[in-house]
Amino acid sequence: MIVVKFTSHLQRFFPDLKSGTSLEAATVADLIRMLDTEHPGFAHYITDEQGRLRKHVNIFVEGDLITDRETLQDSLQNVKQVYLMQALSGG
Amino acid sequence: MSNHLILGTRKGLLQFEHDETGDWRFVRESFRAVPVSFARVDPRSGTLWACLDHGHWGTKLHRSKDQGITWEEVEGPKFPENTPYSEDKMATVSYIWFLKPGGADQPGRLYIGTEPGGLFVSDDGGDTFTLMETLWNTPERMKWWFGGGRDHPGLCSIVVDPRDSRHITIGVSVGGVYESCDGGETWTVRNTGLKACYLPDPASPFGHDPHFMLGAPSNPDVLWQQNHCGIFRSTDGGQNWQDVSQPGGPAYFGFALAVDEKDDNVAWVVPAIDAEFRVAVERALCVCRTDDGGKTWTDFRDGLPQEATFDVVFRHALDISGDRLAFGTTTGNVYISENRGESWACIGHNLPPVYSVQFWR
Repeated sequence: MIVVKFTSHLQRFFPDLKSGTSLEAATVADLIRMLDTEHPGFAHYITDEQGRLRKHVNIFVEGDLITDRETLQDSLQNVKQVYLMQALSGG
Repeated sequence: MSNHLILGTRKGLLQFEHDETGDWRFVRESFRAVPVSFARVDPRSGTLWACLDHGHWGTKLHRSKDQGITWEEVEGPKFPENTPYSEDKMATVSYIWFLKPGGADQPGRLYIGTEPGGLFVSDDGGDTFTLMETLWNTPERMKWWFGGGRDHPGLCSIVVDPRDSRHITIGVSVGGVYESCDGGETWTVRNTGLKACYLPDPASPFGHDPHFMLGAPSNPDVLWQQNHCGIFRSTDGGQNWQDVSQPGGPAYFGFALAVDEKDDNVAWVVPAIDAEFRVAVERALCVCRTDDGGKTWTDFRDGLPQEATFDVVFRHALDISGDRLAFGTTTGNVYISENRGESWACIGHNLPPVYSVQFWR
């Protein structure tokens, strides 16, 4: 099982989203799809309508940034932790 | 005349009301610290719409049916999967520029203009939106629509003819003016008479930059636009445009525009110097009004700062209700006039940068 941690900034829009929730998924894209099923509309906060990771969103797999921001096919095999974070931008 | 003002700002949607004492007071804040690119009421239903531009989470669309007390997020405009933006990129909605209700005979219809130029239509009161592919697939789009200020073109203006809801005119910045007389099934470019001062051929058939375009409520054949290269007016529904900029300024370059509700000869602009220097003219804020269709302009300054002033008014940040006007600036100042722009009073100096100003109607 993969433990998924979220930036607290997402809880404003998805109050039922619990950081530390556990899921099984083969790829990052699968993970986002599963989260979207549980929390309708979630995927569109993380990706655009073409499925690409939004510019100011980062996903870390075991501490490393994902490499495929276009189709999110980074494998989650043998992965224990995934972090969904907002990049540091604002003003 | 409306007593309720809706502001889309960099830090949320703000509502002000004019009370019995004659003051404008702040009454409500929604979407704290989230950029609201555009907000307006649909007068047919009283639904208040907010277009959000989250820095991280993308564009979102919300509506309120109780004047902004509670909100519901709806799906909003999205390109279909694998819709090309260019030869090597897929399209995504990166900014919601404008929302326009459809005709009185189309209670469920709404239009949304977006960056990078998609026009989206809803016929179910905004529950869902569909890309108007007839316009998106216009052959010149990939070559002649481009960003000016922002990275990508924006569909910033939508005019619906009150006599015929199938007659729509839109403006793309940068791309030009397009007209449909059949509800969007076919489109005709309407740039004749405009000047693209940044192109080798200023009279190019394509690639013009209407910052903001409005139809005259009293005479739908009259259209006005504050263009990148001046102020233009058409008396034949956009088939031909005349340059009505003020020789020598200040009414020449700017973004915002308002047209009188009863007289198509009367319009207001808030000038900046020019495209290279997008700041207030001579560091002084003024509002220019024409009463004769653009033949002459008068600038009004009473109540507006005339020193060390760098305010600019974005394209959707000026509105009119009867003799009352309001505008908000890039430096977070909001001004109201009760006498057709001849004098002004500030109702807020410390607000966030203002993106849209709409009287509730």
